[in-house]
Amino acid sequence: MKIPIIYNLRSLRQRPVSTLTTALGMALVVAVFVSMMALSNGFQSALTSTGSDENVFLLRKGAGAELNSGIARDAANVVAGMPFIAKGTDGRPLVSAETFVVIPLQRVGGGGMANVVVRGVSLAAFDVRRGLEILEGRKFRPGSREIVVGRTFARRFPNSEIGGRINFGGQDWTVVGHFAAAGSSFESEIWGEAEQFMPVFRGQVFSAITFRMSDPANFAGIKETLEADPRLYVDAYQEKEFYDNQGTLLNQILNFLAVFIAGIMAIGAVFGAVNTMYAAVASRVHEIGVLLSLGFKPRNVMSSFLFEALLIALLGGAVGCLLVLPVDGLVTSTTNWNSFSELAFSFSITPRLILYGMVFAATMGLIGGYLPARRAAKARVADALRR
Amino acid sequence: MPFVEIKDLAMAYYRDSQKIAVLEGVDLEVEEGQFVALMGPSGSGKTTLLNILAGLDKAESGSVIVDGQNVGAMSHKQLAAWRSRHIGFVFQFYNLLPVLTAFQNIELPLLLTHLSKQERRDHVRTVLDIVGLADRADHYPGQLSGGQQQRVGIARAIVSDPSIILGDEPTGDLDAASADEILTLLQRLNQEYHKTIIMVTHDAKAAERADVIVHLDKGVLTA
Amino acid sequence: MKFARLVLANLGRSKRRTILTALSVTVAFFLFASLRSILTTLDANAEVGSEARLIASSATGITFPLPQAHINRIQAVEGVKSVSWSNWFGGVYIDQRNFFAQFAIDSDSYLAMYPELLIPEDQRRAYLGERTAALVGAGLMERFGWRLGQTVTLQGTIFPGDWEFTIRGVYTPENPSFGDESFYFHYDYLFERTNRQVTPGWFTIQLDAPDQAAAIGSRLDALFENSSAPTKTETERSFQAGFVTMWGNVSLLVRAIGTAVFFAILFVAANTMMMAARERVGEVAVLKTLGFQNGTLFGIVMTEAIIICVVGGVIGIGLAVMSMSSFRAIQSFLPGFSVTPGTVWLGIGIAVVLGAITGIVPALQASRLSVVEALRRV
Repeated sequence: MKIPIIYNLRSLRQRPVSTLTTALGMALVVAVFVSMMALSNGFQSALTSTGSDENVFLLRKGAGAELNSGIARDAANVVAGMPFIAKGTDGRPLVSAETFVVIPLQRVGGGGMANVVVRGVSLAAFDVRRGLEILEGRKFRPGSREIVVGRTFARRFPNSEIGGRINFGGQDWTVVGHFAAAGSSFESEIWGEAEQFMPVFRGQVFSAITFRMSDPANFAGIKETLEADPRLYVDAYQEKEFYDNQGTLLNQILNFLAVFIAGIMAIGAVFGAVNTMYAAVASRVHEIGVLLSLGFKPRNVMSSFLFEALLIALLGGAVGCLLVLPVDGLVTSTTNWNSFSELAFSFSITPRLILYGMVFAATMGLIGGYLPARRAAKARVADALRR
Repeated sequence: MPFVEIKDLAMAYYRDSQKIAVLEGVDLEVEEGQFVALMGPSGSGKTTLLNILAGLDKAESGSVIVDGQNVGAMSHKQLAAWRSRHIGFVFQFYNLLPVLTAFQNIELPLLLTHLSKQERRDHVRTVLDIVGLADRADHYPGQLSGGQQQRVGIARAIVSDPSIILGDEPTGDLDAASADEILTLLQRLNQEYHKTIIMVTHDAKAAERADVIVHLDKGVLTA
Repeated sequence: MKFARLVLANLGRSKRRTILTALSVTVAFFLFASLRSILTTLDANAEVGSEARLIASSATGITFPLPQAHINRIQAVEGVKSVSWSNWFGGVYIDQRNFFAQFAIDSDSYLAMYPELLIPEDQRRAYLGERTAALVGAGLMERFGWRLGQTVTLQGTIFPGDWEFTIRGVYTPENPSFGDESFYFHYDYLFERTNRQVTPGWFTIQLDAPDQAAAIGSRLDALFENSSAPTKTETERSFQAGFVTMWGNVSLLVRAIGTAVFFAILFVAANTMMMAARERVGEVAVLKTLGFQNGTLFGIVMTEAIIICVVGGVIGIGLAVMSMSSFRAIQSFLPGFSVTPGTVWLGIGIAVVLGAITGIVPALQASRLSVVEALRRV
């Protein structure tokens, strides 16, 4: 025999202030939890979507990051001639040897200086990387001082409209296009022709080489061949894995903070729920007596009160999720310490996160409701009906 | 001049714009040192009359003069201060604070005076002796019987040495033996300590202990 | 104060409720103190740099080197007391996750400029006297369990190969915000092993007087403006502050979380206070009958709420003080991490405000309570 849910709903409506304050307390905990997870999620996906698992990424042996790396032109030519590189529609190998420097630029609206990646590429780079598209304008013309900028960059730095001029490396560069890259960290970068950047930044070496494999399943073999080649002196990474790893530490910190902060807040909210539910039980001792005398089992009473706590928590969870929805897509930034450059990314709230938030709320409700519900189930008819 | 003088007192409640008269043209005079029992069926306005006397409620018309002071003309703040000096209130359900001991409950009204801690303690001890609960000073209300709790209630009412004790069915919740004890105690306070007592009751036996019995029926006093 | 017992007795009415409420306030203030300490530590770290030293780095970008030839030209500028130069090494100790900062420094000029680095005199001499010697922060020694005299190998990332260093000196910083997890070695060693290919990453310039910083900074930048390597010169403090801001908008994040914590606990505590007040309507009426003034009753309820919040707050802040100072790992990220007295006092202030807000509704209810109504319900 189950106690009807309508009984719980009515009881909650009997004491709206208590129900709402308890639920709102939990709502804020869920809001903090979901927004911090959304931050970590957005950060990770910016890096994850940067790499493709069809691509191989080469750095000088031991360099570990593009900023430290250097690969000579000869070596780049050797790589371009390798047989396992996929060919583009024009029959040329899909390989991109790139230069990589970090420059300081003034942010829009006096936000101080930020370090920005300037990547020197060849036109092949737009084909090697999947998901890259020119949103506005066009690609740079080889042999000219033209650049294209990522769409996140365009929002955050001045003079980045089409036709705008940005000064770095002692030169003025004309923006001719904006590109998207599936939300990846490339969208925070400036791209131009490697041959133009090399003399300006006084380095005649590339930083990294990325190429598309004709047979991605053979990555292990390709890695072995390249790393063993005495002409190259490189480390080969699967591109996706490389970028995933870049964010690991910060991501772990963010996840840890999300769980740590929300967890501690949750303790407070659970205590609040315990108080509320004890008060609910105490004020309804008489009713519980009636229910028991009607033949409901103590465990029916217990589950009914647990359910009531759950209802409060789910209300809180739902409000909490609604509260954080506006942060979805909000762009923020931090530094990718591997490249020493600013990485802009957006809070990303996914259905999965909402589910986590609701589960988090439900857990708080059940923990907070357990002891009071057990107290309710222990009530004896005689005691309860006494007055 | 009588100690308590009530003149042409009227009081009504309004429910859904309907006037429900509680007291109508009540006149009452109580001399200093008198023990008055106020009788009447429930709903007759006894408690309302008592509340007005204590300045807890305001009458619609008429006047209440206690010891030369016009109770109806005082502000809330003045009333609170006046009550603490002149009125001792005894309730039907004792209304002790369950979180305080008997001693601490009795001491409450003294917190509103300028007495020192030592003086307060002496006063409390004195009234504890009067009500015969010296050995129960550190008990909590939950550890006392109904009669004992009511004696604490009376001790609390007299500790600040008020001139009037107002009792709202002080024996209403007690068994016969305890009720008798309480009435005896009230009588003693009246006779030995010359307290003016106005006690609401609907128990004729209790009323017999008073000097004067007044009947209140449907808001009208019928001596 | 004679009403103190009444307040205490009320707090003891439902011990479980009082304790749970105080505990939820405790965890909230633990979070408050920890989070705010992140901000104050970041601020302190942004100010650790001296105003009397300038850092000149490449205008092209912090990762671009500067020519050796600049040194003499800087030295010649009036108001410059001395010049030192350094390079970021970026080596890996065993695993990439063991990150710590490594600097190749021109040791004589650098140590002379940095009295903040406290080094025992014999160790200083031992370090200066050996080409492959390293000077290591006490915290870093502790982190890896290194001993003085031990040889450690770093794998170069910017400068390829395995690099061996012998730890000859251990420094402790004068100010904890300075950090004690850096690794210094001789620039000359880097210079020679790279076949004299390396040039300085940045210059550190000691001034005769700090008030000349801005003027000398712009004079230096003007000096190199049309050279092959233009510079960007700023005070060491603003240079350091630049790194702190690179973490992103930590302050906004922390403030947002802090606000959420405050309101979450506000709801919890306010609910409890209202529940407590609801149970006591009759008692308040009795007290009024006894002659208690409205203001007194307001004060009693308010005091209860404030006591719960302040007690919870003080315990929470205390826990933060204790646990944060014993939490070594955090010092790697935030050197000098500690709960400042400012945080403690601000926390207590917020606790009082929290108590006042949670108490205001029940306190007003108590003071406005109609005795006649309430007694009828009893």
